[in-house]
Amino acid sequence: MNIVVVLRMVPDVVEELEIAPDGKSLDLEFGRMVLSESDDHALEQALLIKERMGGTVTAVALEAPEVDEVLFSALAKGADRTLKITGPKEGVTTREAAHIIAQVIASEPGLRGADLVLTGTQAINDLDGLMAPLLSQELSLPFLGIVTGLLPDFATRIASATKEYPRGVRAEFEVALPAVFGIQAAEKPPRYVPVAKVRAVMKSQKIDCVPSAGMEEPGLSLLQVLEITKPEPSAHSEILEGSVQQAACALCGILAERGLL
Amino acid sequence: MGGATLTVGSSSPEVSLENILHHPKGRDLLTCIQCGLCAGTCPYGEVMAYPPRRIIAMLRAGMMERVLASESLLACVACYSCMAKCPRNIQLTEVLLPLVKEQVFLNLSQLPAELHKALDNTLRYGNPMAESPRKRAAWIKTVDVPVRILAEDPRPVDVLWFVECQNSYHPRGQDISRATAKLFHVLGIDFAILGNEEKCAGECARLLGVTGLFETLMDYNMAIFSKYHFKRIVTSGAHAYDAFTHQYAAAGFTYAAEHTTPFFAAYLEQLKPHLTHKLPYAVTYHDSCCLGRHNGFYEQPRSLLRAIPGVKLLEMPHNRINAICCGGGGGGMWLDTYYKAKGYERLSERRVKEAVATGADVIAVSCPYEISRFEDALKVLGYEKKMIVRDVVELLSEAMEV
Repeated sequence: MNIVVVLRMVPDVVEELEIAPDGKSLDLEFGRMVLSESDDHALEQALLIKERMGGTVTAVALEAPEVDEVLFSALAKGADRTLKITGPKEGVTTREAAHIIAQVIASEPGLRGADLVLTGTQAINDLDGLMAPLLSQELSLPFLGIVTGLLPDFATRIASATKEYPRGVRAEFEVALPAVFGIQAAEKPPRYVPVAKVRAVMKSQKIDCVPSAGMEEPGLSLLQVLEITKPEPSAHSEILEGSVQQAACALCGILAERGLL
Repeated sequence: MGGATLTVGSSSPEVSLENILHHPKGRDLLTCIQCGLCAGTCPYGEVMAYPPRRIIAMLRAGMMERVLASESLLACVACYSCMAKCPRNIQLTEVLLPLVKEQVFLNLSQLPAELHKALDNTLRYGNPMAESPRKRAAWIKTVDVPVRILAEDPRPVDVLWFVECQNSYHPRGQDISRATAKLFHVLGIDFAILGNEEKCAGECARLLGVTGLFETLMDYNMAIFSKYHFKRIVTSGAHAYDAFTHQYAAAGFTYAAEHTTPFFAAYLEQLKPHLTHKLPYAVTYHDSCCLGRHNGFYEQPRSLLRAIPGVKLLEMPHNRINAICCGGGGGGMWLDTYYKAKGYERLSERRVKEAVATGADVIAVSCPYEISRFEDALKVLGYEKKMIVRDVVELLSEAMEV
């Protein structure tokens, strides 16, 4: 069972996001990039499957600031191989990224013919959750998203997958492999890897690289960023003073006044 | 058994669980008389499958695999109680327990979530709270005395004040920082901070056995220290003080290091004329593990408190070397949910029960962890109207207000 996990670097919102002078992009001079949280879950799910059933895990990512640390961490956690796609253009969109990554998966020895392709259901810069379905489209593979449990069967080449729906509804699917899955959450929280182990991996293992040159297709993205603005501050909240009874009366008054009662 | 190692000093070879019985820092384990004082004095001794005495017995019997497969040592809050009471003076908290913990953590199928986040955050952001490193010095805008940041004004300075994470970011910690800045100012001390260049000293990571993280932070801070000229380092962090004094030597730390509480106690005579405002408080002092048991600063905080007009000092039954840990050390700060799930009593709650029973209305502290831990515990137990938590430095500052 060969598993490919697609990892994406997204802006780290611990730092305040600044808009670049062009008004259309983020100023990353002081900002940092971090592994997308649901991709971290996709990696964990892949490692759990490998531990249970064997196989190999390959983590694939587009070149980005701090991506090397993330890929070495993936190796330290138990991934067998990491592949960095170098030289993508700045501001690559999800559509363009999926096109490049799909070509790498389809052509790179060891990735071609992967049984499972996992990535996060969403990322903070892909709230539409397009990466996994676009990969499935490009690779002509079945797709299931918002997956919270995944158990492939080597013999039957069918995976049992749990998908979440609103209002607490879950469904069990059987998916013929190979397939692409958008992982909402791994069965367990992503594992901790001590920095000493990452450092040791940095000395003993390497990140494979493949250039993106020749894989980019201009004009793929139909949408362009017109403008990025910071959210407008909304009106401040109002604290209701007085006793519980007074506060309750005041609250009822406000709700009635606004037609909510 | 894994290959965990721990550097114990620049001149010593590395000690590991494999060589510990033959290493100068571990050979005293052979002298253990199995008296059990360590287990008896451990605040979580009753819930540990393998308290220090048993760990030593298992180590000597070559049966450590069972210890390392147990979660027992997650209950160790690195309070130095076992080490302080050991009649053979065995370096339990310093040497043996971090080595065992490192292997215990590696064997865990899952690290408790809050601890996992805290460790990741400390590596990435230099603080366990995932606060922006660029806002570490933001609190200085809220203080009404000048606070110099060395990166902006790198002239030589007398005191490099290492503020630490809690007192940089936590709202109550920032209260302590404002009070500390005021005291430096009143005493006319030439001081400056590292500002956004400062990162966690890493002491908890070391006592958790996460040595790679500790060494990363130590190497980083040492490189920053070397950029500036100062005569001494004064830190608000009891754990940072402990790391500087006992561990940073491995990275060549030779600066004079002090903690704010004993530092201000040395200036008591200069402070006294400023302590003009009477504080009608009955105060009980909680000895922090790092300052008290590990470094012997028992009288300095008490002398400061006694100097405040109106303060009546009351002692808890467990004081000085017998003080009960707040539960925040050795990673305990981020294991409350884990302890709760296991059904362990929170040590901070055990401690404030004892504090309230003295009749005091203030519990005074010297370690930044204790403010939030005790304030939480007082709320959980419904004592928030009976008792407040104040750092000794905050009380000194309050006594200066007219």
